Amino acid sequence: MIANALTSVDISVSFEGLKALSAVNIAITRGAVTGLIGPNGAGKTTLVNVLTGFQTATQGHVAMDRVVLDSAPAHRIRHLGIARTFQSGRLFSDLPVLDNLAVTGVGLGLSRGDSEARAAAMLDWMGISPLADRIAGSLPYTDERRVAIARALMLEPKYLLLDEPAAGMSAAEGDDLVALIRRIVAEIGCGVLLIEHNIGMVLRICDHIYVLDSGEIIEDGTPASIRTSEKVRHAYMGTQADAEGEIL
Amino acid sequence: MTALLQILFDALSLGSLYALAAIGIALIFGVMRLVNFAHGDYISFCVFALLWPSIEATAFVFAGQLPPYLLIPVILTVGACLSMLSEILVFRRFRNANPATMMIASFALGFVIKYTLLMLFSSRPKSIDLWPSLSLPVEIFDARIPLLQVITIVITIVILIALVAFLKRTRFGLEMRAAAENFTMARMLGVRANAVILLAFAISGMLAASIGLILVTQTGTVDIQMGSSVMLVAFIATVIGGLGSLPGAVVAGFLIGGVSVLMQVILPFDIRPFRDAFVYGAVIAVLIWRPNGLFMPRSAKQRV
Repeated sequence: MIANALTSVDISVSFEGLKALSAVNIAITRGAVTGLIGPNGAGKTTLVNVLTGFQTATQGHVAMDRVVLDSAPAHRIRHLGIARTFQSGRLFSDLPVLDNLAVTGVGLGLSRGDSEARAAAMLDWMGISPLADRIAGSLPYTDERRVAIARALMLEPKYLLLDEPAAGMSAAEGDDLVALIRRIVAEIGCGVLLIEHNIGMVLRICDHIYVLDSGEIIEDGTPASIRTSEKVRHAYMGTQADAEGEIL
Repeated sequence: MTALLQILFDALSLGSLYALAAIGIALIFGVMRLVNFAHGDYISFCVFALLWPSIEATAFVFAGQLPPYLLIPVILTVGACLSMLSEILVFRRFRNANPATMMIASFALGFVIKYTLLMLFSSRPKSIDLWPSLSLPVEIFDARIPLLQVITIVITIVILIALVAFLKRTRFGLEMRAAAENFTMARMLGVRANAVILLAFAISGMLAASIGLILVTQTGTVDIQMGSSVMLVAFIATVIGGLGSLPGAVVAGFLIGGVSVLMQVILPFDIRPFRDAFVYGAVIAVLIWRPNGLFMPRSAKQRV
């Protein structure tokens, strides 16, 4: 266990005998961006689900800042300071953007007025104040993603887990996202776990990268070492068509 | 002009009742995906709370003798308590069950309430004169409108404004709207699920109580069936409005009230007894035109 880190210790998950994760150890350090890559079906989202209490591990445990989180339910884990976003935005699509953020504040026990003020401040920090009154369900894809991140940040998390935040984004929008993640780490100081298929982005922004394949960590290290790893190249080329291999 | 005004007030006051009942159903559907068919029996129960249990033909008025400033809060409390009790004792156990199971549970609960009333009060309708002065007409632009109609409309408007303010401005309101759309996600963000659901039941029960009070003043009778007919129309209104949509429930409630009164006026005298067939025919037409109701919540679109 490491201080100032969210760690998974020998996490294994099996679904009716099928192993989704076997003895996975990763550490998400505070104030840094940790990457998690791997082919489709490698178990990336399952790992995030375990880290955030959405899924109980068959074996192993999750520890945050040296404290073991014994299968706490998801809503408790959020209060401990672990926030996540989902592959689909999962906003409250009938509510305005501001209210979407304010729900988190209210959930923390703030008054409606205080949580709205905090939500407005968060939108301002993200530079998306003009979206405040828009109905969330009417937002374009990219804005929806940004609002989802803003809502996660409302919790003032120590650790932020982003599940494919760049999916479907253009190169320019991806650049904005990279800048945003850097700001989150620098100004809020949380540890970010970035799960992404856009490997170029992961190599560019992460301090440390884990490569998951068929439920096992097959490699981890700095972007430079991942870039040249024979195992990683093999995993991508072996299990998936050329498309992914070319990205690498 | 006078006749027109009369029709307008008839339509608005009937629509008010339907709208209030429809909101009561839509609120619960929103937070729990439960169509609570016991809602009509809450209405009957609140009305019977005015009486002392007896199977005599004459009503033995008990709580009904209280002055209005005590009677109204007492009956609202009865409604809220009955509704919250049904959540705690019955619906809470079905929280993760599928909607059909919950609906059947609500039918069962409705029967329990209805037959409890039957045992205590017998099935004979009884007459009760609650607030007789409200039946007196008032003159509005030469039209003689029963005071009760005016009061019904005003009360409904006040309740609607209060409800909108509650949902839009308070912390509980935000939690309720979030929970109505995506319960799991709301819970994940720290929304207190049990408290929110209990509050929705309390409001729904109070709405049932107010309908009961209006109905009993209007008709002057107490009958264990009196909630069921309102419930049926209100349920249809929530479907037309788009299940789970509160504005939809209100609009559809007023719409059905309006159409019913209009049919009563324009249909030839001989076929007036079949008015309801025409009203439900219109309902079917609306549903063919918009199968998901007039106001479908965005969240419902995604769930499909």
